[in-house]
Amino acid sequence: MIVRIMGEGQYRLADDVRERVNGLDNAVVAAVEANDEDAFHASFEEMLDVIRTEGEHLGDEEIETSDVIVPPADTSMAEATADFSGDGLIPG
Amino acid sequence: MAGMSGRMSTVIKAKISKLLDKAEDPAETLDYSYQKQLESLQNVKKGIADVVTAKKRLGMQAQKLEQSVVKLDTQARQALAAGNEDLARTALERKQLAQTELQSLDQQVAELQSQQDKLTESEKRLRTKIESFRTKKEVIKAQYSAAEAQVRISEAATGVGEEMADVGLAMQRAVDKTEDMRARADAVEELEAAGTFEDLTQLGSGQDDIDRELAALGTGGMVDDELSKLKAELGESSAPAPAELESGEGEAKP
Repeated sequence: MIVRIMGEGQYRLADDVRERVNGLDNAVVAAVEANDEDAFHASFEEMLDVIRTEGEHLGDEEIETSDVIVPPADTSMAEATADFSGDGLIPG
Repeated sequence: MAGMSGRMSTVIKAKISKLLDKAEDPAETLDYSYQKQLESLQNVKKGIADVVTAKKRLGMQAQKLEQSVVKLDTQARQALAAGNEDLARTALERKQLAQTELQSLDQQVAELQSQQDKLTESEKRLRTKIESFRTKKEVIKAQYSAAEAQVRISEAATGVGEEMADVGLAMQRAVDKTEDMRARADAVEELEAAGTFEDLTQLGSGQDDIDRELAALGTGGMVDDELSKLKAELGESSAPAPAELESGEGEAKP
């Protein structure tokens, strides 16, 4: 699966990493629904961190369409409510 | 893009389709896409230039404020040495205001610098992708039938379109921040124009919006502290001053 973090570039995620990111995606949704800002920042930052460190960064010359688009790192909780609802970014 | 959900994905998809739908003749899509990509790159460069300009302006204001801080500090000392405590207090109040503004300016300059760095990175990424697209479309044209080539080039154009949309949104965020700071810079310039940091000689009894500004910033306590410190410093070097002040109280009432 290819993931784009807005403003940072694209990453290719192996299936097991996809599962971890999906778990954190759901945690972000839960935090947003519970209106828990601390939990939101913690889960969102961990999610970005897993993508950055566990994913394989796509070279600038590679042209791929992303499967999932993650909002930028400086996203506020208010902005995030529109992104993280229902299933979150990744279905399931 | 089956799995994509969320607001960002919707925004990106909308932007991509806007970028790609304009070419009505499918044969033109390819050249049109490349043209659009180059335009988009120019826009990013312009955006970076705007951020740099805003940063320079704030930097120059910061320099001026630094000079004002030094100047007002000197004036406070001079005023106190001459026994004019009111004037010294006003100078210190203005110094506090200048310092507060200076801190916020420094912060903003740092923030703009980080925006500039990010945009420069994005510009580089987009430039590489566009160059890669240019090469790729020639290869595709040479290797595939016209119809197949069309499909593959469209896919590639969508990929570059995603990057363009990403950079476009990053630039929008940067421009919004720059606008906020421009408003702030205008406000500081107004204070300067009103002589807040410069012209102590104009001070009379009629203090106006500057006083309100100072009150809002709540610098009173800090000014008192600094005034006492300054008095202590001066007191050590010029002992006769307190004696003169005390002698004023000795006057008998008629």
